[in-house]
Amino acid sequence: MGRAVIVNSIRFIVLIATQVFLFKNIGYYNLSIPYLYILFILLLPFGMPNALLFLLAFFTGLTVDVFYDTLGLNAIACTVMAFVRIVFISVTVQRDGFDNEPEPSLGIMGFRWFVFYAIILTFFHHLVLFSFESFKFSELGFTFIRVILSTLFTVFLILITEFAFFRKKVR
Amino acid sequence: MRNLWLFISKYNAFFLLVIFFTISLILLINNNSYQRASVWNSSNQMVGSAYERVNEFSSYLILGKTNDSLAAENARLRNLLTSSYYDDSVRQVTVKDSVLKQQYIYTVARVINNSVHQKNNYLTINRGSKHGIKKGMGVIAPSGVIGIVLNVSENFSTVRSLLHTETKISASVDGNIGSLVWGEGNYDSRFALLKDIQSHLNIKKGARVTTSEFSLFPPGTNIGYVTESDTRDENSALNIQVKLDTDFAKLQYVYVIINLLSEEQLNLEAQNKVE
Repeated sequence: MGRAVIVNSIRFIVLIATQVFLFKNIGYYNLSIPYLYILFILLLPFGMPNALLFLLAFFTGLTVDVFYDTLGLNAIACTVMAFVRIVFISVTVQRDGFDNEPEPSLGIMGFRWFVFYAIILTFFHHLVLFSFESFKFSELGFTFIRVILSTLFTVFLILITEFAFFRKKVR
Repeated sequence: MRNLWLFISKYNAFFLLVIFFTISLILLINNNSYQRASVWNSSNQMVGSAYERVNEFSSYLILGKTNDSLAAENARLRNLLTSSYYDDSVRQVTVKDSVLKQQYIYTVARVINNSVHQKNNYLTINRGSKHGIKKGMGVIAPSGVIGIVLNVSENFSTVRSLLHTETKISASVDGNIGSLVWGEGNYDSRFALLKDIQSHLNIKKGARVTTSEFSLFPPGTNIGYVTESDTRDENSALNIQVKLDTDFAKLQYVYVIINLLSEEQLNLEAQNKVE
């Protein structure tokens, strides 16, 4: 328990730092923008209460917002993403497996499941994020293109990160 | 209460979503000028379009009142028009000539009442005794003879139209003098009848009919042209149908002819009766 808190705290600081100091300056013509920090929410442990998950997601989004000067925008996206995460996990993972598999990482859950998981969550996060950023229906087509391209970019970065810290769990 | 609590805890993810979503949205809208402006703009647009719809509907309900007010306004504006004021000025065309002595003066008048469909038709014009109009004066239009002044008030006169059974005008066609009447068998405002022309004369169709020297109109004033000419059985005179040049139904302005010499002529003729 104590180890999980330390690991997640370090991961939070590193991901937020890379996001606001590095990835904030990276983008492809405002079309494809990476948001790697959501990996923190992706990798939160299975067994935590929903309320804590929402609180952490909200707080993560809010922290990024403070750096981006868009108070509430990333928070709203992360809140939706937390909900999608709860639904997705409740559908695909058996409850009794929680003790053995503490967190949904690539090494533990397998490549196929993790890619699917990352794509779904990233897509919803970006959909909410870009929709509320443009905040009008007239730019729906352009917003959707941004969502698709940014999702590809973010998922690509998530996979690279996961492979870099690949740790095959011995069952 | 317990069931409610169970329900909420079972679907706690959804309720948490709603709570955090709302908090984030409030933060977003309160702290970002663009989103705030968008929210207010779109809500204003919705409110505005709703009001527009309701107004569109309710304007039908007060359509009658709107019409009344518009009609009242029209009447008020119409009162301000110059045409609703009585034109007191008299325009008279007087030709000064040292060789010829002026006999006729033309006074312009506007037709303010007119009829063509009666058996006996009258006109009313906006000139009266104030402007020198007297009973029995001739009235013409630019296109031809109109009638004879019947009654005169201070500001108005009635005119016995050519389209009247008692109107008889001395007319000439090809130098032959007859009498122009209307209403003997025909009540068409476009045609009149020329009588008392001897049947041995050959009157061609299309011949001009003008006033004669004996009428109270200036000689040679237009009346119309011949459209039909035949003899009625056992009658020595021709029946000539004359198409009138003037469209009586569309009369707007007429001229009253003031004959400066008529008084002298009448006085002279009156002496004959005394003898």
